[in-house]
Amino acid sequence: MRIVVDLNRCQGYAQCVYLAHEVFRLNGQEALTYEPNPDDQRRLQVERAAAACPVQAIVIDRLDGEERGETS
Amino acid sequence: MTLRATVAELVREFRASGRIVIVGASLAGLRAAETLREEGFTGSLTIIGDEPYEPYDRPPLSKQVLKGWVPADHTKLPRMREVDADWRLGVAAVGLDRATKQVRLANGEQVPYDRLLIATGTRARQWPNPAEAALRGVHTIRSRDDAEQLQKELAEPPSRVLVIGAGFIGSEVASVCRELDIPVTVVERGSAPLVGALGGVIGAIAAQLQRDHGVDLRCGLGVSSLEGDSGGHVRRAQLSDGSIVDADVVVASLGSIRNVEWLEGSGLAAGFWGVGCDAGGRAFDINGVVTDSIFVAGDVARAPHVLYEYQFLAMEHWDNAVLGAEAAAHNMVNLEPDYRPHLLLPGFWSGQFGVNIKSVGVPPFGDEIVFTQGSVEERRFAAAYGHRGRIVAAVTFDHGKWLEYYGKLIEHSGPFPPPPPGWDQPPDMKPMPAEFPDPRVPTAIPDVVLTGHAPSGRTAEFRPRHH
Repeated sequence: MRIVVDLNRCQGYAQCVYLAHEVFRLNGQEALTYEPNPDDQRRLQVERAAAACPVQAIVIDRLDGEERGETS
Repeated sequence: MTLRATVAELVREFRASGRIVIVGASLAGLRAAETLREEGFTGSLTIIGDEPYEPYDRPPLSKQVLKGWVPADHTKLPRMREVDADWRLGVAAVGLDRATKQVRLANGEQVPYDRLLIATGTRARQWPNPAEAALRGVHTIRSRDDAEQLQKELAEPPSRVLVIGAGFIGSEVASVCRELDIPVTVVERGSAPLVGALGGVIGAIAAQLQRDHGVDLRCGLGVSSLEGDSGGHVRRAQLSDGSIVDADVVVASLGSIRNVEWLEGSGLAAGFWGVGCDAGGRAFDINGVVTDSIFVAGDVARAPHVLYEYQFLAMEHWDNAVLGAEAAAHNMVNLEPDYRPHLLLPGFWSGQFGVNIKSVGVPPFGDEIVFTQGSVEERRFAAAYGHRGRIVAAVTFDHGKWLEYYGKLIEHSGPFPPPPPGWDQPPDMKPMPAEFPDPRVPTAIPDVVLTGHAPSGRTAEFRPRHH
């Protein structure tokens, strides 16, 4: 799966780190880093993290690989 | 049929069967494509990108990818919806003919358009000596391939990394090196790291931050030359003070160059500063007249900004790519009075040395700075930038929750020094000079000059300066 975190929006509440610590990490007190293309097995965890984000900064893809339709 | 009905019919027809070409297949290009489809555009959509990869996110490259946590190919951007596009990846656009409305590709092909979006972004400025730049171990970092190669070399690990230039990218690379326990020397021509973006007062704090994390930071110096071994691998650098730094990995982080060369001869207002456009993303021609069929978004766009005395601003920021692309795409399939402006309050972030540095507004627009919250000693603070009694920007170190407060003040032309939010105030809240470097340094940039005398013959032309 694919995600992106709008880090302008992120305020370091770290709810995502509690809910999916294999995907989201804090570097220090506030700087969030994350795995942008986590394993599909983590989807439920990541969706919970996105739902729990107080500023709704986590964007999850809405398409499967098939639907992206790259031709090259 | 009334004129109004005819125009409405034209818009309908264009949305149904027009041809849109997007040049640039990164964040701005992708979000523009998605917005076009979201707006009901069902015509043909072609996306041209010089890299062979589908759109990926760049900010992780200099952070979690370099550190070795996330593979470089794990940065593919999530998709908001299907775009049903003809993706032309791995082939660069090399020319634009506005008369015949065609984009020329590097393989000689011509791609016709009715409306065009320019989202070609920027590239890393290379080390200026080509022979030295070609040494193995000498890097820049902008693309997936750049990050992948540099990460491999950092993993070996090198005996020392030399970072040339202490802007955001250079500072982030130095931070990753220290996290990996690799010795690193940072050479910066200016007086401090981040001085161009945030000024000397914040730069001094960033300098201390680097030194506290073991960075060998040398400011006010340049690199005179890079030297390789007999195998063509970089081994040492000579600095402008004559000193030598032994390093087997060199990262040149010298800022970016806008990808406008392919527009040469197109008659657009394109130059070293990017492609001029209005706040709705409509490109200006070389005379400053707005075009109807060409739009610009992302790092390469430069538009007048209502909050900054209508000065033209280029914003190489993530949210500028997203929101500028959305506005431009909307305007590509609408007509007046349905145009939408891209009125972004610029913002960026940078994670380095365990500190989250964030900003809103345009700090270099300010000439004064005041610390408004927190503690500089603890590196947890907010500071505001002012210009002529007005707040124009703010920066935070591990204080991001407060940026929104300052952002609102900036949007409403609030006073400087700003009213403190009434919490966590430092003892001394006296404004001081923000210490930005003088921007009037001579550089090899082209001039725009007016030529000709008769009003009909009055036109602008570019005259590159050659030094």
